[in-house]
Amino acid sequence: MSVLVVSEQAGGAWHGMSFETIAAGAEAAAALGCPLQVAVLGSGVAGLAAEAAAKRVSEVVVIDDPALAAYTPDGFAAAVRQAVEQLNPTLVLFPHTYQVRDFAPKLTAGLGKAFLSDAVGIAVDDGKLVFVRRLFQGKLNADVTPAGDAPYFASIQSGVFRADALPDGGAPAPVRNLDVVIDPAQIRTRPEAPFQEAKGAVDLTAAEIIVSVGRGIKDPENIPLAVELAQALGGELAASRPICDNGWLPLERQVGSSGQTVSPNLYLALGISGAIQHVVGMKGAKTIVAINKDEGAPIFEIADYGIVADLFEVVPALIAALKE
Amino acid sequence: MNIFVCLKQVGARDSALRIAVDRKWVEDEDLNFEMNEPDAFALEEGLRLKEKHGGEVVAVSAGPARAASTIREALAKGADRGILIEDDRFAQADALCIARALAAAVGREAHDLVLTGLQSDDFGFGQTGVIMAELLNLPHATIVMQVQAEDGGLRVKRELEAGWFQNVSMPLPALLTIQSGINKVRYATLMGIKRARKKPLVTHTAGELGIDMAASQTVRRLYLPHKTKQTQFITGSGKEAAAALLEKLKFEARAL
Ligand SMILES: Cc1cc2nc3c(=O)[nH]c(=O)nc-3n(C[C@H](O)[C@H](O)[C@H](O)COP(=O)(O)OP(=O)(O)OC[C@H]3O[C@@H](n4cnc5c(N)ncnc54)[C@H](O)[C@@H]3O)c2cc1C
Repeated sequence: MSVLVVSEQAGGAWHGMSFETIAAGAEAAAALGCPLQVAVLGSGVAGLAAEAAAKRVSEVVVIDDPALAAYTPDGFAAAVRQAVEQLNPTLVLFPHTYQVRDFAPKLTAGLGKAFLSDAVGIAVDDGKLVFVRRLFQGKLNADVTPAGDAPYFASIQSGVFRADALPDGGAPAPVRNLDVVIDPAQIRTRPEAPFQEAKGAVDLTAAEIIVSVGRGIKDPENIPLAVELAQALGGELAASRPICDNGWLPLERQVGSSGQTVSPNLYLALGISGAIQHVVGMKGAKTIVAINKDEGAPIFEIADYGIVADLFEVVPALIAALKE
Repeated sequence: MNIFVCLKQVGARDSALRIAVDRKWVEDEDLNFEMNEPDAFALEEGLRLKEKHGGEVVAVSAGPARAASTIREALAKGADRGILIEDDRFAQADALCIARALAAAVGREAHDLVLTGLQSDDFGFGQTGVIMAELLNLPHATIVMQVQAEDGGLRVKRELEAGWFQNVSMPLPALLTIQSGINKVRYATLMGIKRARKKPLVTHTAGELGIDMAASQTVRRLYLPHKTKQTQFITGSGKEAAAALLEKLKFEARAL
């Protein structure tokens, strides 16, 4: 019985959510009263394994294989499956990254198991694991239990557990290499090197004040209203993803998991619902203002000031007041 | 190319959500239903690939009887035929159960490409496509932003985090989960809506396809999320609220 955290790295650098997930694993292991193991996968990852072993964990297991140098779902699902079969954990936790979304459901389906994806909480109730998931784009929470016997599988949402809550251990934890067999012939996809699209001139990360528009702006004809507010405040204009998808504003103004991460002094969200993929990009703002006509919009969970109203009534009034 | 596009009918984004008395789901009668947004992009991508490379687009859904209207919408936009795997339990089913049903329907036929949206607006599992790939033994890629067919295979652009991308090649048959924004979705024309009435839509029950309906994960209880911050709500007319907000931003938050 153990909790196994499958960490994520790329090219020898940690994914930031790895240690958040190890922190989640530490809580779960304490609640279950069992050891915490951390798996490090890749090619040439001994250095990272040593870093993980410096944390207060019971053991670090390493799967080091040239076939894991570049990420592929076939290679990674095969590797983690063998680790699970050898270690026989009660609970397997992943960070809810794009990579995990890509291979974990394949792994769990192969085992005929449920995958409790994007969980924001774990509890043990009467000996049973209960996970908290967010439904309907974050508007409702659900307590969810997996059926059947262990192992159980879940991934942890970004920002729920704190990486710095995880203490360093005393002596380093033992590090063990696992023997797994990954047949390169079974890897069906051929990945190329990651790239960034040509970077634009807009660097939102330096902005002190950001006015950000979401789908509540309704029509590209209304964008100038937000531009005017941004100008009156001396701030930059940003947007949620659908606005950039529609081409109403360029991609370089997108805030969120697939766009920029900003931490201005003031972030004004106009007609943005507050989906997690947007929130991870702006929750570090010092003061957050949300104007949204739906009082149940998740953006109000993180807003310092909220106005439940039609933005087309409030924004012109704000502009007028600023111009006075 | 034989293209299967999997579609989920979900409660519309602006539907009022009222937790049902058993606290396990929301009151269905309050919801308006629509095609899950990423699935609409998947459908559009399928239609474009067919227009370029020929073949057929089949719209498949696992859902209660009402999901037939989402399949009809796909037919009106240009899909050639539809398959509904009907069972009321699909409305609240987990990703493994739904993927089993979709894979059973697709697996009975010759398929070159299976497309799904990357996640649903209701449960948000983000798993159905990947589970189907495993069940159908297909190579796959997720969060896809561009699809090119080349030399009997595919080269696709995957979205990675923080503005990064990656191209991945794979042989056909394959499965892709499509990201919102990959294309501009078309509207159904009046002509299309008329034609859709004559297009075949086959309904199977879950029983006929021998689908294992056992839940692999179960909702115990639904509730409103707790707030992490104490939000100060500002009320009044547009003008009053604007003035009060600026006052607070200047003198309380010192953000201006
Ligand atoms: C893998 C992945 C990556 C993603 N990456 C990103 C990302 O980087 N950035 C991002 O933003 N999203 C991203 N998303 C999308 C994200 O999940 C949401 O779909 C998106 O953020 C929603 O944008 P929105 O809030 O503008 O629109 P909606 O969710 O449609 O919200 C619109 C809001 O406007 C309000 N509204 C409507 N009319 C008015 C009015 N007149 N006055 C006031 N309020 C009004 C509504 O009440 C609603 O709350 C990603 C999704 C996935 C799956």
